[in-house]
Amino acid sequence: MSFLEYDFLVRALVAALFTGLAAPAVGTYLVQRRLSLMGDGIGHIAVTGVALGLLTGTSPTVTAVVVAIIGAVVIEVIREQGRTSGDVALALLFYGGIAGGVMLIGLAGQGANTLQTYLFGSILAIDSGDVWVTVVLAAVVVVVAVGLSPQLFAVAQDAEFARVAGLNVRFYNILVAVMAAVTVTVAMRTVGLLLVSALMVVPVATAQQVTRGFRTTLLLAMGLGTLASTGGLVTAAYVPNIPPGSTIVLLALAGFMAAWPLGVWLRRRQRLAAPFVATAEDDLALAADHTVVPESHAHEHGEDCGHAAVPHGDHVDYVHDGHRHAPHGSHYDEH
Amino acid sequence: MSAPEPVVRIRDGAVALGGRPVLRGIDLTVQQGEVVAVLGANGSGKSTLVRAMMGLVPTSRGEVSLFGTPLDDFHDWQRIGFVPQRVSATSGVPATVWEVVASGRLARRPFLRPLRAEDRAAVRDAIAAVGLSDRAKDGCATLSGGQQQRVLIARALAGDPDVLVLDEPTAGVDLVSQQAFADALGALVDRGATIILVAHELGPLAPLIGRTVVMRDGRVAYDGAPVATAHEVEHAGLAGQGHHHPDLQGRPSDHIPVVTSPLDQSARRGDA
Repeated sequence: MSFLEYDFLVRALVAALFTGLAAPAVGTYLVQRRLSLMGDGIGHIAVTGVALGLLTGTSPTVTAVVVAIIGAVVIEVIREQGRTSGDVALALLFYGGIAGGVMLIGLAGQGANTLQTYLFGSILAIDSGDVWVTVVLAAVVVVVAVGLSPQLFAVAQDAEFARVAGLNVRFYNILVAVMAAVTVTVAMRTVGLLLVSALMVVPVATAQQVTRGFRTTLLLAMGLGTLASTGGLVTAAYVPNIPPGSTIVLLALAGFMAAWPLGVWLRRRQRLAAPFVATAEDDLALAADHTVVPESHAHEHGEDCGHAAVPHGDHVDYVHDGHRHAPHGSHYDEH
Repeated sequence: MSAPEPVVRIRDGAVALGGRPVLRGIDLTVQQGEVVAVLGANGSGKSTLVRAMMGLVPTSRGEVSLFGTPLDDFHDWQRIGFVPQRVSATSGVPATVWEVVASGRLARRPFLRPLRAEDRAAVRDAIAAVGLSDRAKDGCATLSGGQQQRVLIARALAGDPDVLVLDEPTAGVDLVSQQAFADALGALVDRGATIILVAHELGPLAPLIGRTVVMRDGRVAYDGAPVATAHEVEHAGLAGQGHHHPDLQGRPSDHIPVVTSPLDQSARRGDA
């Protein structure tokens, strides 16, 4: 394939692969805590970090990692302390981050073009040092997110229970926040700070459409993220003038749009098959004045008879033209 | 020592939440094998009491010890099985019944290792104990409220705890599920488990209870032989000692701070 003859494309592909693997791994825990937009907030704050790097002449990646981690820990502390005013405090932090970044970049004498490479990514300009940083950080994030998944799952699922089970809930919460900050800065070069949250959240939302368990969701989201990031990069490489960040996110969204109808259908099927609640009155109704389906009901209900079979207490009801038929000896009862 | 350590001992415990005193003057000891129901009206402090036992809310004075160890030094968390109040078993990401129950095994399994055979067996047994074996691989979101509550109980059981602490386990749970739950709990009681149970109403659990603690207004108002409801204590005048508000008798005993405004007042008069 001629594609791999270009070194910069190979580097970009490696970076995209690892970003696509790490972002949904962390994103799963953010979605589980219903903090889908936290990645976006950290991205805003990281803008200040990038600007600080440009202003002081140090590596923007390093300053972005540091500022993003500080921001993520502050977000986590605000979330832990305040309950009602938490989201307002977060909003203040987000806007402060991006406004501060824009101001500092101005002070550093850098134009909008420099900022844009961080806001929307510049994966094709990535050098081999950046690739190594990306690979190592992303690998650490993936190992922690998958290796500690029982602990992280328990803490995000039910913090009080996790605490009584002896887990240090604050440590794990801050660990997730730090992992999110690291992922955001890693993905900064791939999809950009403004789009990184999409790569963290959209593959998880897509995976959820078809999964029932946490582990399968986590692994499927990581697979989908990798598919979107590498696929988006290859697409952008063949079409001139398209930033890879946009194709990566649009591909991820296309995946969601494809999975969504499937999810709707699966959930509908599940709802129809959900057991009818058995109450004490049901038994009474069966014993005494129950309604018998007319004898003309020649159809024999059973497996694969075409009518939905729904468990109801100790027996099965067959949904028949909007009412429920329950087998009772030689005839059927209306339920 | 000849006598076994008490499971929980609170001496002169007090809890303040956000500067507001919620519990005062709590002296409570639960021995091994006891089945204790903590009853009380909304806002009486019954949930706070069990949360203070496990260090989920800090005490402002007094001391709490678990199995004879002060709370700060207590690390044997696998001995405690906790069922929090009415947390749904679902979260932002789907999880199967098996996965949620397996998280109850965390205090017992080795760090960073896959589940061992004994862990799997414990999870399987816990799911069977609450009668959900056929739903183990299903997503929690597809279960009814009562079944989700049973999942949370199975999660606590999976850790093979010495004491089970349940906060309103049957609130909002349908009667069939309540009975299934009472049966599961009864099996544990027969095996000599210690159980501390916070409830608004006991329902099918009543026959299991060996001792009742009634909370009122942040104090222990009654501690003794089982009674069916907190109101029974109020009306029989059992709560003699420590009863500082005789004028409250016959009135609703909820002690949640009532927010009133001119419009509210007319509505309240209409109620009375």
